[in-house]
Amino acid sequence: MTTLDLPPVAPPGPAGAAASAEPDATGATDAPRPEKKLRIGGVTRDDVLTVAGAAAGSLALDWVLYERVLPFSGAFGFLICWYLFFLAGYSVLGRLQWNPMMVRDRLVAVVAWSSGLLVVALIADQIGYVAGRGREAAQHLNFFTESMEHTGPLDQLTSGGALNAIVGSLEQLGLATLFAVPLGIAAAVFMSEVGGRAARPVRTLVEAMTALPSIVAGLFILGVVIITFGFEKSGFAASLALTVMMMPIVTRAAEVVIRLVPGTLREASYALGGSQWRTVWNVVLPTARPGLVTAVVLGMARGVGETSPVLLTSGFTSQFNGNPFDGHQVSLPLYIWNYVKQPYDGMIARGFAAGLTLMGVVLVLFVTARVIGGRRPGQLTRAQRRRIDREARRLEAAAAGAAAGPYPLRPQGQP
Amino acid sequence: MTSAAEPAAPYAGVPRQPDHGPDQDVPRAITAPATPGDRVFRGVLRLAGFSVFAIMGLIAFFLILRGTDALRTVGWSFLTEQKWQTAAHNFGIAAVLPNGLLIAVIALVIAVPVAIGTAIFISEYAPVRLRAALVSLIDLMAAIPSIVYGLWGLFFLQPRIIGFVRWMANHLGDTIPFLKVRIGDINTSYTSSTFIAGVVVSLMIIPIITSLSREVFSQAPQGEREGAYALGSTRWGMVRRVVLPFGKGGVIGAVMLGFGRAMGETIAVALIISPNFEAITHILENGANSISALIALRFGESDSLSLSALMAAGLVLFALTLLVNVLAGIVINRSRSGAATAD
Repeated sequence: MTTLDLPPVAPPGPAGAAASAEPDATGATDAPRPEKKLRIGGVTRDDVLTVAGAAAGSLALDWVLYERVLPFSGAFGFLICWYLFFLAGYSVLGRLQWNPMMVRDRLVAVVAWSSGLLVVALIADQIGYVAGRGREAAQHLNFFTESMEHTGPLDQLTSGGALNAIVGSLEQLGLATLFAVPLGIAAAVFMSEVGGRAARPVRTLVEAMTALPSIVAGLFILGVVIITFGFEKSGFAASLALTVMMMPIVTRAAEVVIRLVPGTLREASYALGGSQWRTVWNVVLPTARPGLVTAVVLGMARGVGETSPVLLTSGFTSQFNGNPFDGHQVSLPLYIWNYVKQPYDGMIARGFAAGLTLMGVVLVLFVTARVIGGRRPGQLTRAQRRRIDREARRLEAAAAGAAAGPYPLRPQGQP
Repeated sequence: MTSAAEPAAPYAGVPRQPDHGPDQDVPRAITAPATPGDRVFRGVLRLAGFSVFAIMGLIAFFLILRGTDALRTVGWSFLTEQKWQTAAHNFGIAAVLPNGLLIAVIALVIAVPVAIGTAIFISEYAPVRLRAALVSLIDLMAAIPSIVYGLWGLFFLQPRIIGFVRWMANHLGDTIPFLKVRIGDINTSYTSSTFIAGVVVSLMIIPIITSLSREVFSQAPQGEREGAYALGSTRWGMVRRVVLPFGKGGVIGAVMLGFGRAMGETIAVALIISPNFEAITHILENGANSISALIALRFGESDSLSLSALMAAGLVLFALTLLVNVLAGIVINRSRSGAATAD
């Protein structure tokens, strides 16, 4: 930290003191002015109007230049040009009222706001677009009750659906969770509770594994299970590939919450003579339970949407197959991948409907994770707190009853 | 908990350690012998911890094992050959690898400014009440499946971006050679290109870079922030002189992590590109490729040499991403531990 941009030294202009500049106070001479509370920060009318003016002016300029004068086309270019014009217009408008340093400050604020809004808009647009195009096929109930077994490429949307893919996705996800969660949480407990010299490389490797290209996980299972051991492609092989993807995610998220468990709880358990196994099982893990559930659910949300591991290992089929251990089994991502590449509108609509279903599953998992994971380790839910209160009152009453006896436990009236 | 400061007073009944005389009292090392249950427990945990090594090792081992056939067939030309004709024993990654890296670089060029801007926005400019919601939203963006990004890119983005791409090709192509489009001026000359794939991949790495950068930005010390304000700094002055220098290491690590993710991205790329097999010099032209897209599009070929060639390509991808990710992890850990701000 060497030099700092200096603030405007000039007396506060209309923008800087807009909040405190009151019409009755400006003409006052020697009369003691009533002290007003100075508003620091916040948005003034000038700020809003400057942004609005720059936006409107640049929109008009953009429309004239882009649509009328120059031979461009396309919404994308229009928006980019509008934004550039807006930035230019905003700096000019700002320069009219503020000094250069304030202009720079405001300009950066506007850029930061717009990049945040851009990201929000992108997410909203993705969800909205997939929902919009997916509704066409998903509004027919048969989409959730039929498989594609008897449906040809030109059939109406009232025939065929994604039941096979939904069931396949759920079964593969369930199996993968079954494998990944114990392994992942055990690895997390190893890093935080056992530790030692080995914990550091394990942590580094887990972080690297989180970013393992999903296609490599698929290729690995393809090479081991299907080529080397000669099994058929199946939902089980796909769930193994998903396990490779989900395990590091669960591990990383679980380690973070296990580390947040206060050390005093562990020490209390050891002081009571608990072994390490008892401490972890009865103290550490229950304390971290909400966070662990979040870790698991986030891993599931990631796993259910993985396409490339499933693509290489599960095999595609249009038929319903409820047995993950035998024969090809399609899942939602694979269903989408397969049908949107076909040149038929009906198939693309079905692909989008499956995309909508997949997004729905991911959203439900994600929201579940947030709701459960909102609490810090050791923080209780309302129901838990009420139960503890009830228990405490009962003990209190028992103590009060016992106080009548020869050994008063505690004075009446004190908690 | 430990006994480091235990007084050396002679406790009755506590057996002295035999090596020390009465005037050489040292604190006893308290070692509770692990119960058999604990020993089993630790063993199981250690096994789980080392399973990570086992999995990564097995991945490398099987990719090498399965890829040897192909590597033996073509030898070193695997690294220099651009074509991918496995039946003719004429294949290599000299086209798919650089083309994939090109997609990742384009993705970074777009994603890094937006992601850092968003991270600064969330940690410095957004109203405090909105911050938690925004952080959740970025996490949600990271959880959106890549096939959905692919759908969006293929059906929503591509038709709308063509006008912009054509404008770049026609007006900037003459001055900036790699933006030129040499094939005819019809819509399909501009689709399925390296650039469009890069744009879609950039959306997928924005949440990764954003959330890591936001994390380091929000850890910038409060005292220094207030110091900057007290010296009369504007908010941007504070961000530039306090927050950004503090977060530099973390941001570099986040960008590297984003690069690793972009290299490995498969499905969205495979949906959008139309594969080609020569090193790309003009990013706006139809035709692109990457190792992961190659694997996703070609794994259906049934002869064992083709599969083996894909395994070898996968091995290269695995090694590269592992390298980038481990380096990124080291950079991020150093920045988290505060080593980066020691100067």
